Amino acid sequence: MSRIGVFVCHCGLNIAKTVRVSEVVEFAANLPEVVIAEEYRFVCSTPGQELIAGDIKKYNLDRIIVAACSPLMHEKTFRKVAEAAGLNQYLVTIVNIREQCSWVTEDEDVATKKAKALINGAVYRARLLAPLVSRFIDVNPEVVVVGGGIAGIQTALEIAAVGRKVYLVERTPTIGGHMAQFDKTFPTLDCSACILTPKMDAVLQNPNIELLTYCEVAEVKGFVGNFDVKIRQKARYVDHAKCNACLACVEKCPGKGESEFDEGLAKRKAIYIPFPQAVPQKPVIDRETCTYFIKGKCRLCEKICEQKAIDYEQADSYIEIKAGAIVAATGYDLMDVKPLAQYGYGRYPAVYHALEIERLFNSAGPTAGKVVMRDGREPQSIAILHCIGSRDKNNYEYCSRVCCMYSLKFAHLLKEKTHGDVYQLYIDMRAGGKGYEEFYSRLLEEDVKFIRGKAATVTHRTKNPEEEGKLIVEVDDTLTGKFARIPVDMVVLAPAMKPRADAKDMARMLNLSTDKYGFFMEKHPKLAPLSTMTDGVFIAGACQSPKDIPDTVSQATGAAAEALTIVSKAKMELEAATAMVNAAACSGCRNCVTVCPYSAPSMNEEKGVSEINEALCKGCGLCAAACPTSAIITRHFTNEQVMAEMEGLMEF
Amino acid sequence: MDFEPKILGIACNWCTYTGADLAGTTRLKYPQNIRVVRVMCSSRINPSFIFRAFQLGADGVLVGGCHPGDCHYGTGNMYARRRLAITKKMLEFAGIEPGRFRVEWISASEGNRFAEVVGEFTGQVKGLGPQTKLKIKTD
Repeated sequence: MSRIGVFVCHCGLNIAKTVRVSEVVEFAANLPEVVIAEEYRFVCSTPGQELIAGDIKKYNLDRIIVAACSPLMHEKTFRKVAEAAGLNQYLVTIVNIREQCSWVTEDEDVATKKAKALINGAVYRARLLAPLVSRFIDVNPEVVVVGGGIAGIQTALEIAAVGRKVYLVERTPTIGGHMAQFDKTFPTLDCSACILTPKMDAVLQNPNIELLTYCEVAEVKGFVGNFDVKIRQKARYVDHAKCNACLACVEKCPGKGESEFDEGLAKRKAIYIPFPQAVPQKPVIDRETCTYFIKGKCRLCEKICEQKAIDYEQADSYIEIKAGAIVAATGYDLMDVKPLAQYGYGRYPAVYHALEIERLFNSAGPTAGKVVMRDGREPQSIAILHCIGSRDKNNYEYCSRVCCMYSLKFAHLLKEKTHGDVYQLYIDMRAGGKGYEEFYSRLLEEDVKFIRGKAATVTHRTKNPEEEGKLIVEVDDTLTGKFARIPVDMVVLAPAMKPRADAKDMARMLNLSTDKYGFFMEKHPKLAPLSTMTDGVFIAGACQSPKDIPDTVSQATGAAAEALTIVSKAKMELEAATAMVNAAACSGCRNCVTVCPYSAPSMNEEKGVSEINEALCKGCGLCAAACPTSAIITRHFTNEQVMAEMEGLMEF
Repeated sequence: MDFEPKILGIACNWCTYTGADLAGTTRLKYPQNIRVVRVMCSSRINPSFIFRAFQLGADGVLVGGCHPGDCHYGTGNMYARRRLAITKKMLEFAGIEPGRFRVEWISASEGNRFAEVVGEFTGQVKGLGPQTKLKIKTD
């Protein structure tokens, strides 16, 4: 006979709102072998934990069941409580009555019944549980950071600063990310490149950082402390070990492509570095635009390269890395505004999106910092349209958080550079941040015209001679209650920040959850904003939600600390739930040896039976189900334990 | 009263169980006839579990694992896929309608998929009525 204690959590109202907790407790108290059943508002709190620890001693409990949130949330917490109270941690059972019960129905009767069934199953299973001894494994001390924008750069630098090795994986030919494209940063208006490029250089110079540009994560295997990350190095057709960054090849190259960095507003060569301060300063060849790859002849870069670094035969290669922790800092994409035809982007050349205008401001940009439009004119009137796709139920319901502030920045810079009329068409002005409201106040003094209303359309259809040759922005001015037509030379759209196009693939690779848009989900929105449901994988920056630079950098620094908490340990506790062979029942068929992906089982030829190496076993249970004589026992998930739980569940 | 089926879910820890949690975190609503057992990997599922579930009175059994190729343990769900395909045939042989057993690959990010599948499956099992073929009569 075991002595079971059941603790049912209210989780404030999260559980108690739909599950009648007292009724469940009374039910649990009457189950066989249950000695005590209690309820508490927050079992995970210190008093809640003390209640459990106290009861273990008071009632001499040898099993505890905590009916609360998901085991993925607090199983570790309660295991620690048990250990501290002298009870083996594997004798703790978590019953998920929040994520898989109270949160997924509004019906009290249904939720209460399900909670009872789940606890009944847990009691059946708990009776058959056995104490297990944990194992410890070595932790790989290195960290992989995915994404070389400001988030990834900051994370890598912080981790490297304590002497840990970091692999910084970036998919484009240079690090820097979106921040490198910006001209000025709000609200201080300091030059983006001036604050970013020293950090980029610091990455290059840091011996603890291995920079992997033009690389993509191809595969992630393993688990916290021991990830195996496979990186695909895309063919650059330039041997970077030989290249001395003289860039003579770039100068001579006849190929022309659209500069991704300049958002297609300028051309780049087929062999190129994305921008003058790119890190590394070594070029790559873009196959799509290279004359040799298209026509089969040219090879000018090869002829000119004194280092003989050009290699047209280069193919993609793979790098295998072992790491203890991974930080995903993969950033965001701007929403494609073309489908929002009412704003005319792509149809009217004078309509620009936010990143394009950033490049126009930049002195190293396509227009050398002059605000001139595609037709060569300098605009005399400009309308900046907020919330394009953001705060919009048809597109992205959320606020992209940075657009109000950068639109104010644009207004300031446009005033400064063109002295023209600048209109801000906004729904609400959101300036929550240090120095942001002050920046807004400053702009209110700068003769910028603020119109409270979301732009409805941008059209070329004029109604009077004054509008001739202009784009007309139509808007309902919600302050005056009047419909307005604003004729302007140039329109700037502030599109939604959205998850990367391939965020879902990345999420799958790293086993992350995503929200309905595709942003990576944090473990807890308030208390674990950088951790994920996958131990050892952390997130930072705009891949989690739209964010400005200060928030991104803070998160990145935090993610570095999180990763270090993993890799600064030499050993890590592993689940004790491994498989074992009951030699008396083993027929020596070798099924287990064949199926195990970790080579944990092997044949003891002398005895004619299989044996499992616990150090290699990960506890998946594949072999147990393959064993024809049921000789393999998966600890903590034995046939008897699983079937007992099923029996308990099916009684209600 | 309407027939409310009993559905046993068996979900792998890494994908489908986490996906089910996500359905909760995002407050999706789905029928609560399902009772989920967590195993570490869908490959842990011994076909006898499925038969036992029907013996215990389950009207339907839903198995969830990682998408093929995404298994936390590399190849576990590939084995599970084959085993459970055969299990389904054996169930049919034993007289269990194919509609009472379903295997789905639901990732940790597919909370909505979990809710959808459970909703669909519950409706389907409801339509098939109580399962009596393998149920062991206790009363």
